[in-house]
Amino acid sequence: MSDSAATLGHGAHEPFLQHHFESPEQQADASRIGMWLFLVTEILLFGGLFVGFALMQSRHPEAFLHAHHHLDRTLGFINTVVLLTSSFTMVLAVRSAQTNDRRRLIVFLLLTIVCAGIFLGIKCVEYSHKFHEGLLPGSFYSHRGDPVPGEFMFFSFYFMMTGLHGIHILAGMGLMCWLLRRAVRGDFSSRYNTPVDFVGLYWHLVDVIWIYLFPLLYLIR
Amino acid sequence: MESNAHVSSVKSYGLVLGALLTLTVVTVSAASVDLGSFNVVIALGIATIKASLVALFFMHLRHGRPMNGIIFVSGVIFLGIFLMFCLIDADTRDVPRPTRLITAPAAAAPVPGPAAGH
Repeated sequence: MSDSAATLGHGAHEPFLQHHFESPEQQADASRIGMWLFLVTEILLFGGLFVGFALMQSRHPEAFLHAHHHLDRTLGFINTVVLLTSSFTMVLAVRSAQTNDRRRLIVFLLLTIVCAGIFLGIKCVEYSHKFHEGLLPGSFYSHRGDPVPGEFMFFSFYFMMTGLHGIHILAGMGLMCWLLRRAVRGDFSSRYNTPVDFVGLYWHLVDVIWIYLFPLLYLIR
Repeated sequence: MESNAHVSSVKSYGLVLGALLTLTVVTVSAASVDLGSFNVVIALGIATIKASLVALFFMHLRHGRPMNGIIFVSGVIFLGIFLMFCLIDADTRDVPRPTRLITAPAAAAPVPGPAAGH
């Protein structure tokens, strides 16, 4: 890489430095601010659902309480552990990029993808249980014999919130596959690892959202 | 040449993961004890501690530029305003508690069809 970069007249030893930035540090700082602004829009996107959930939960506490007994607390707990672990492997992937350790970067990216896959696999098991029992969102709800009316509302929120979260996990997996390809190619080093860093930030935010979803959906009393 | 990014040790990340897993166990066991309305306070409190650990250490807010933290915290503050005002609004409305929304049949007035002759 360095020899191909040396043939370029501009940014001779910084192949990934855009010409309108003075230094890699300035470039990384500028794009990091943009990434954090994006993360804030993500917080507000999920925030709307959280506020809706809080409003409906405060108005129909019994319905939400009974409905949440249909969720499997153990599976939710395992998924929390899996996702926290994936955040750990992701942060180690970022660290490996920072320390020029390409082999470990690849290993930790793969581990993170595996954790994300386990998370989605468990989520699929949970979803299929709900589908079989007719615990579907909105007008699709066909479960009979609820002790309290209005349990469908809980499942509308459950599917919208975990569904949107699941889409984010899928997107994260896609991004990590892209990182993996670039890591194999040898794009990342201690001088340039912004994409790894930012996918890491995104991944940790998805983790933070689950940190709130788990107690709100699975551990209501 | 090293970039200016702070590189933390694997051990410190391991400790953070350990704290996160411990807090997850704590939050599950706290949920099995009936503490009335304190349950939700404890659950959200622990979740906030966990989220702060992730943000500070995994997302490097602790060592990064303060601007990123300011952006993040202001986003959380605006979410708090959003949530707080919605809940205040809901709590101060004079709506009979047992849910009109669920029990009332959908008795909307029949919509007249398009008038003939136009």
